[in-house]
Parts: sequence; C-alpha cells; structure tokens
Amino acid sequence: MDAFTTHTGIAVPLRRSNVDTDQIIPSEYLKRVTRSGFEDGLFAAWRRDPDFVLNLPGYAGASVLVAGPDFGTGSSREHAVWALQNYGFRAVVAPRFGDIFRANSGKSGLLAAQVDEKVVQALWDLVESDPGADVTVDLLERTVSAGTGIEAVHDSFDIDDYTRWRLLQGLDDVAVTLGHADHITAYESRRPAWKPATLPVRVAD
Amino acid sequence: MGRTLAEKVWDEHVVRSAEDEPDLLFIDLHLVHEVTSPQAFDGLRQASRPVRRPDLTIATEDHNIPTVDVDQPIADPVSRTQVETLRRNCEEFGVRLHPLGDVDQGIVHIIGPQLGLTQPGMTVVCGDSHTSTHGAFGALAFGIGTSEVEHVLATQTLTQARPRTMAVTVEGDLPAGVSAKDLVLTLIAQVGTGGGQGYVVEYRGEAIRSMSMEARMTICNMSIEWGAKAGLIAPDETTFAYLQGRPHAPQDQDWDAAVRHWRSLITDDDAQFDHEVVLHAQDVAPFVTWGTNPGQGVPLSSSVPFPEDFADANERVSATRALEYMDLQAGTPMRDIGVDTVFVGSCTNGRIEDLRTVADIVRGRRVADSTRMLVVPGSARVRLEAEAEGLDVVFKDAGAEWRGAGCSMCLGMNPDTLAVGERCASTSNRNFEGRQGKGGRTHLVSPQVAASTAVLGHLAAPADLPTPASV
Ligand code: SF4
Repeated sequence: MDAFTTHTGIAVPLRRSNVDTDQIIPSEYLKRVTRSGFEDGLFAAWRRDPDFVLNLPGYAGASVLVAGPDFGTGSSREHAVWALQNYGFRAVVAPRFGDIFRANSGKSGLLAAQVDEKVVQALWDLVESDPGADVTVDLLERTVSAGTGIEAVHDSFDIDDYTRWRLLQGLDDVAVTLGHADHITAYESRRPAWKPATLPVRVAD
Repeated sequence: MGRTLAEKVWDEHVVRSAEDEPDLLFIDLHLVHEVTSPQAFDGLRQASRPVRRPDLTIATEDHNIPTVDVDQPIADPVSRTQVETLRRNCEEFGVRLHPLGDVDQGIVHIIGPQLGLTQPGMTVVCGDSHTSTHGAFGALAFGIGTSEVEHVLATQTLTQARPRTMAVTVEGDLPAGVSAKDLVLTLIAQVGTGGGQGYVVEYRGEAIRSMSMEARMTICNMSIEWGAKAGLIAPDETTFAYLQGRPHAPQDQDWDAAVRHWRSLITDDDAQFDHEVVLHAQDVAPFVTWGTNPGQGVPLSSSVPFPEDFADANERVSATRALEYMDLQAGTPMRDIGVDTVFVGSCTNGRIEDLRTVADIVRGRRVADSTRMLVVPGSARVRLEAEAEGLDVVFKDAGAEWRGAGCSMCLGMNPDTLAVGERCASTSNRNFEGRQGKGGRTHLVSPQVAASTAVLGHLAAPADLPTPASV
C-alpha cells in the first residue's frame, strides 16, 4: 500500500446522502477476480446520465469526492473502494460513513475523511461555483482546505489514530499482525476444546 | 460494574491489546463465498502465506450462482470464472467448500447455523455485511471487506476498535400475524439508516425472548440496514434447543461444558449501554417500504408519504428522488400499489419457517395473473426439507416458481433479476436503486405480506385475502 500524507486535487461535489455501495458499484460488476478495472462500474447507473456530476468536463481528472452523510452504507463489497481508487480518487470527504466502507478504505489506502456537515456544504458551494478547484486533504494535519478569501474552507477532519498511522506509514496490516504471532499462538492454546471446528467435516444424520 | 453480552464476548476474544491501538480479536469462524474472496486468496499467494486455520474456515457458493439447471455449467463466463476461482482457492489452501449441487450448499448465513457451526459467544466474520445474522445465537458477528478477509485467512484475527453498545428493548408481544420482519422494518424507519452507526446492538425484551431462532435471525440480519456493526441476542433455551444434535454442535460432556458457559452470556443487571431504544411490540403492524433505503417504510395500512412532511432537508431530497425512482405518487395508499414480481428468499427470510409461512398462505390459492412469484430456498437443505413437507407442490400448484438455493434475486448477480421498471415485493433486506436488477423497484416486505401480495397482485396482508375455494 502507498503511504498517504497529503493530497491536493480536483474535487467533485456529490450532493447526495445515503450513497450505498450498491450505487457506488452495482453487483453486476463484482464478478471479476482481480483488484483493478472496476472504474467502469463506478456509479454505473448514474453515469449513464450526461448531466451526472462525474460526467461534467469541469470535474475531469478529479481525485477528491465530497459526498453527503452516510456514504458507503450497505454491502461490505470492497470493490466500492477499488472502483473509487481505480477511477482516480484518493480521498472521500463526508459527514458520516458506513462502518465497513470506512474500514475497507483504511485497508486499501483510500482516505475517508469525516467532517462536519457544514464543511461539506461549504465545499459543495465552492467547487460548484468554481468547477476544477483544488481541495487539499492533509493527513498529517488532519485538515481539509480549499479556496481563498471569503469563500475559503479550512477545517479539521476525523479519522481514528490507528488508521491514520497505518496510512501515513503505508503499512500492510497483515504483516503488522503477523508480528504478534506469539500472542495468537498463546490465545489458541487456551481456547476451550469444545469450540466448533469446520474440519473434520461432520454431516447431518 | 457489570458488562453487557457484547462486552463479554469481546473480552473473551482479545488476543492482544495495547494503548492507543485497536484490539486484536481472535475469530472463531470465518465464512467465505465466491464474490469477496478471490482478491484475498490472491494476496496470500503473492505473500506466500498459508491459511492459518482452515479448520475454522468454511466456503460455499451462493451470490453468483444460478437457481435453475444447477447441474449444468454456469452459462455466464465471468460468473463461472469466479466460482471456479473459489474452487481452485479452496483446493489449494485446504478450505472446506460446499459447492453448487452439494447438500450443504446455500447462503453463507443460512448454512452456518444449520450445520451448528454458529454458536453462542463466538466471533463470526464473513466478507458480507449480513454476517450480523449469526448474532441471533449470542455471537459477535459482523461483515468485513476483502482486505480483512485476507487478514483473517492469514492470521485468524482482526484488528478492531471496541464499539459502543446499544440496547433495543422490545416490550410486550407482537400482535398475531405480525412478524419479526415487520418489527425490524418499523425499527429502522424510526431510527434511520444511520441510527446504529458505530454500535453493537443487543435486542432484548419479551417479544425477542418469545421468538424462534429463525425470527431472531431475521432481526439480527437487518442490523446492518440501520448501520449497526453487529446485532445480537442473548442465548437461552430456544438457542440451545435449536443447536442440540446439529452436526457441529458440541456432544456429550462437551455439550454440558458449552451450555454452562453459554448460560453466562447475558448482560449483567448493572451493565450500562451507551444508548437505549425501547419499542412496544403491540404497536407494530405489517410494514412495507416505499423508497430506496430500508428506512423509507410505512405501515401497509398507510400511504406513500409526502416529501415535504420530512423535517430533515437531506431526507426531503432523498424522498423526492426515491419517489421518482420508484415511480410512486405521494398519498397513494400502499395497498393500491400493484407488483409484477414477488421474491421469497434471501438470508433474511429464506429459512424453512419462512417457507412454511408462505405456503400456509398460498395453499389452495393462485398467484395473480399479473404477477410472477419466485420462491428460492436459502440452502439446499432448506429446499430438501421443504420438499419433504410438500411445500414445493403447494408453491407450484399456486403458480409460483420453485428454485435452487442461493442469493438469487436478493442482489441480482445471477440471471434472476428484475427488468427495468419492474416492481417487486421482496422478503430480502435491501431496496436500493437497482439492487434486484438495473432499474428494478423493490418493496421490502415480510413473508406474510409477500405471499398475500402474490395472490392479490398488489401489496396486501393475509387479512385482505378471501377464504380459499379449496384447501
Ligand atoms: S441473500 Fe442477499 S443479503 Fe443475504 S448474503 Fe445473499 S446477497 Fe447478501
């Protein structure tokens, strides 16, 4: 995973709440066995509409998504995160995220920055009046900023300390945990014997 | 101070804890399916890591597979590749697999309990958000993404921040003809789809205690639809009776030791929840959704709401959009809404009890001419059990289609999908735009409402049905 410190890029205003992962990527696109190529399925139903915000030329090459509350609810599909990343997004800014989506983002290196609802409003207003405007998401400082003068937005975002640390380091979670293998072995040796196992296979009479 | 059930289960699974770090939790059972696992196995292969505990891992094929001609090769080449990839991965890594055609194949959340693998006090995970279903046994069960699937395969653990706890207490008894599905849809409409965010929820109270395991699973299944990380119910005699004698339930002295431990898995009287919600079961009535998220629902006896009646601005916008997508007029009585398709199945309502409920209603009746009805058992065993009871004949006599086991039209990854504009009453758990097929419109309903709707061709409850001509 690539380390994430700070990122500046064009921001897209997605003025919708409750964008579930079925909207981010419909199930028909989930049949691939790779981790790439999911950009074609990103917001597939909405992208058929030429007026959908991602289709507007002003937001071409965008890498920051600014969405309404409850972004990424629903299905656990990590393909939603991959689709956003494959399309070119590095960060999503929203007032509230689905728990699994947020966890998946942290594991895959997409920054899910949780901000106050009024920050999202201000960012929407700013990038709608000035399409193509840059937004900076700074993980070191935990801030999101954009614009200048009276319209300028500068505020903090929430992200848990551990995810922030792993993103900053670009660390592989599995390797970190395997570093604690002795703890796992010790735990396994004290598990009760009656706990179920899938092997050997037992079948109904 | 006492601890909640969720905290007890959590504490029992902490492998390592350190200040300012999430806990490392041991995972007792990992369920795997074809859609969210290929990239995880790939990650293991690239790092030359084995599956740490194949004996705590089980795989099946459910999301992507057809429900007709299951003995034929899968027609869609991309789906076929995904299923074949799972088979190859399970073979290579030594993971137990119940493939299409196997008697223990089925929706992951149906086969775990059925095999007796889901037990009280366990941690259960799966690359699927409805893993919360297993919480019905007093297990801490939640959905994970593919990176986490890889993490569990490699380490049999997960790094997790301790969640907050919530109690949902359902007082009194549900009225006759009102089901667990109506209860949970009512709850979600009340608290909103984000209401449970960050919480592990314990469902308690009289109404929950008197429910069957199947009904409890329906409730816990829908926990994720209001944002909760997991939902669980303290184990009791109903739980033990369900488990006893199942293939992987403990036996003999082990059973006694297990039950002794399970009885301790209750929230202490002096434990504190971070949040509490109280519901009165007698107020619950048949409940259906009108919109495009599971919180957009009303009692069947009421009407499609007016967007301007919502206090919250986001909700107003979302309601307007939803009505447009659903092609509904505010003020229309819910009972006047005609449906093209009725889907009975899914990990919410695809168990034998659900099929019996539906069969009791359609027995001696006919599915309306304007409507098609699909009945999809949640597992191959549910299918066999239903056939042994003659339920398949009841469905077919009524004009419904009787299918093989799988997720089917719950998410429309296989050929069972709605056409553009088609309207469906579905016993599944999600009514998102396009969930059951591009442009399809979904109303979430209970099995009772699904069956009555199939007969009348519009949203309806059993009380709306005329007496059948013959039984
Ligand atoms: S039945 Fe539906 S909700 Fe359940 S696991 Fe399958 S796709 Fe997911």
